[in-house]
Amino acid sequence: MENSVLLSPADNHQKALIRKLEQEAGTSISLCYQCGKCTAGCPAAFAMDFPPRQVIRMLQLGLTDMALNSNSIWICASCETCSSRCPRGVDIASLMDTMRREALKRGKTDKKVAAFNKAFLSNVKNFGRTFEAGLLLRHNLVTGQPFKDMELGLPMLKRGKASPLPHMIKGRQEMKKIFERVDQFGGEQ
Amino acid sequence: MKFAYYPGCASEGSGIEYHMSMERTAYILGFEIQELEDWNCCGATSGHNTDKLLSVALPARNLAIAERSGLNMVVAPCAACYSRHRYAEHTIQHDPEMRRKVEQVLELDLAGSTETLSILDVLVNKIGTETIAAKVVNPMTTMKAACYYGCLLVRPVEHTGFDDPEDPQTMDQIMKALGADPIDWSHKTECCGAALVTSRPDVGNPMLYRVLKDAKESGAECLVTACPLCMLNLDMRQAAIEKQFGEKLALPVYYITELLALACGDKPSQVGLEKHFVEAGTYLRTIEVRGAEARAAAEKAAQEAAEKARAKAEAAAAAKAAAAAKKAAKAEAASKAESADGQAAPAKEAAAGKPAASADGDQKKIDAFVAAFNKNPDKMAAKLVADEAQAGILVSALDDKKKSKLASLMVKDMELAKKAAAAYVQQELKKQGECQS
Repeated sequence: MENSVLLSPADNHQKALIRKLEQEAGTSISLCYQCGKCTAGCPAAFAMDFPPRQVIRMLQLGLTDMALNSNSIWICASCETCSSRCPRGVDIASLMDTMRREALKRGKTDKKVAAFNKAFLSNVKNFGRTFEAGLLLRHNLVTGQPFKDMELGLPMLKRGKASPLPHMIKGRQEMKKIFERVDQFGGEQ
Repeated sequence: MKFAYYPGCASEGSGIEYHMSMERTAYILGFEIQELEDWNCCGATSGHNTDKLLSVALPARNLAIAERSGLNMVVAPCAACYSRHRYAEHTIQHDPEMRRKVEQVLELDLAGSTETLSILDVLVNKIGTETIAAKVVNPMTTMKAACYYGCLLVRPVEHTGFDDPEDPQTMDQIMKALGADPIDWSHKTECCGAALVTSRPDVGNPMLYRVLKDAKESGAECLVTACPLCMLNLDMRQAAIEKQFGEKLALPVYYITELLALACGDKPSQVGLEKHFVEAGTYLRTIEVRGAEARAAAEKAAQEAAEKARAKAEAAAAAKAAAAAKKAAKAEAASKAESADGQAAPAKEAAAGKPAASADGDQKKIDAFVAAFNKNPDKMAAKLVADEAQAGILVSALDDKKKSKLASLMVKDMELAKKAAAAYVQQELKKQGECQS
């Protein structure tokens, strides 16, 4: 047995994390037989450091840090093509989603995507709705690219496609409470 | 039919035409949409990227509003809103633990009785393409449209399920009902890059370019969408894509609801067509002219075809008449040949069995019998008179007039002919008796 290859080198800590990810994603990584159909159909794989099949393989091998550190999970556009095509029924898109959330908790993230998400949700929390124009402006300032898409701003305003002020719902207090209670549950789901 | 209506945040900004044309579509097709009171943002991708509970709780608040309003069918035209509300419904219905948490977060109970619908599902399965086709007054004839479904209208199948995830057809069916020619192409469900076009253009732009390029290469002259984010990318970002990839695309992009309202008689300003970035009015005017020409050509072709069919029918009728005449001539020849052998009777009986035989045919048979009387009077007489001696008397009594009379009777009725023959025999016997006495 000395020369045999250990296929599941994960320690207990990693195993627990993988189980948690699987549970939250509602899927099982052990179903994957590495056919690569997910990668073949992935429209964003060209920009990933590890294509979807390899990310799943990392989880199978217990390489959780490597998987959570990959830029792949932030490049994923959540288009669901992988999940709808997987011949083994692995919900890869849901796993990617779960891994993004896990990485976020650990402070590992793609700065631009995370900044966008943060700006988006702060809109929802404060106004109840997304304030597109404000969101883009804020995103561009936060990410240090103030002139990005500048050529589109004025034409959008002219066309009545960008309101200069946010639309605010009546239930804004309700929205704040929703965000607060979700924070209290934080880490449980 | 009445639906709760979830317009989504884009309806107040970048996707304002979708909102305008959605209201027009409902009005034209005669279904009611009632906007959910004080609805909130569904959280979209940012929500589910950040927190699972939040991503269910945000749309669940809207679903609770729908439940309270008593309207269980919620139409959500935006593909992302549709997807998030479907996900929330699915979770509330199938994950009791999650449902309890969501109820705690929202401080209310959820019945899980709602069904969120996409606009394609509503139009094809609740309203029906026949109803749509019946309302069309400006058909989009000759419009070569690439129906672009994108991701979230058809995936994941367990949340959507109203169409095929690889080769969906509902939008194509609607376009056909509007008179257009939807093209077949390979990128109808490929991702346009979604939020990546904004947050990571290095990744999103090539994705967007591939969708536009495939539409163009497959022969599309425009794109049709049912998603405001797809529209934002395909339309507003198209100029930047053209510049980055050094390729002229010039593909106008339309919401399916815009085209429906326009085909049913709306003016472009009623659906906000002037708000598009890629100029969208010129192509519609091109379609109007080209479509009218095509329809005129089709009408002309149909007329020509009808004329051709009529000419063909006439020719067929003439050919049929000619064939009947030929057949009659053949029958005459046959009966002539038979009578030459003294076998005219079967031919005559056969003829009697066909009442459809023409008068011309009868005359020919009569002539044939007269000829037979002249050629072989004994055999003909034997057919009419059983007694041999009397048959001989009949032969001696026959003149041209009698021959023709008998021949004509034989064609019409054999019994009458026999009676006439007997009468001729009696006449002759009487004549001879008178002479002898």
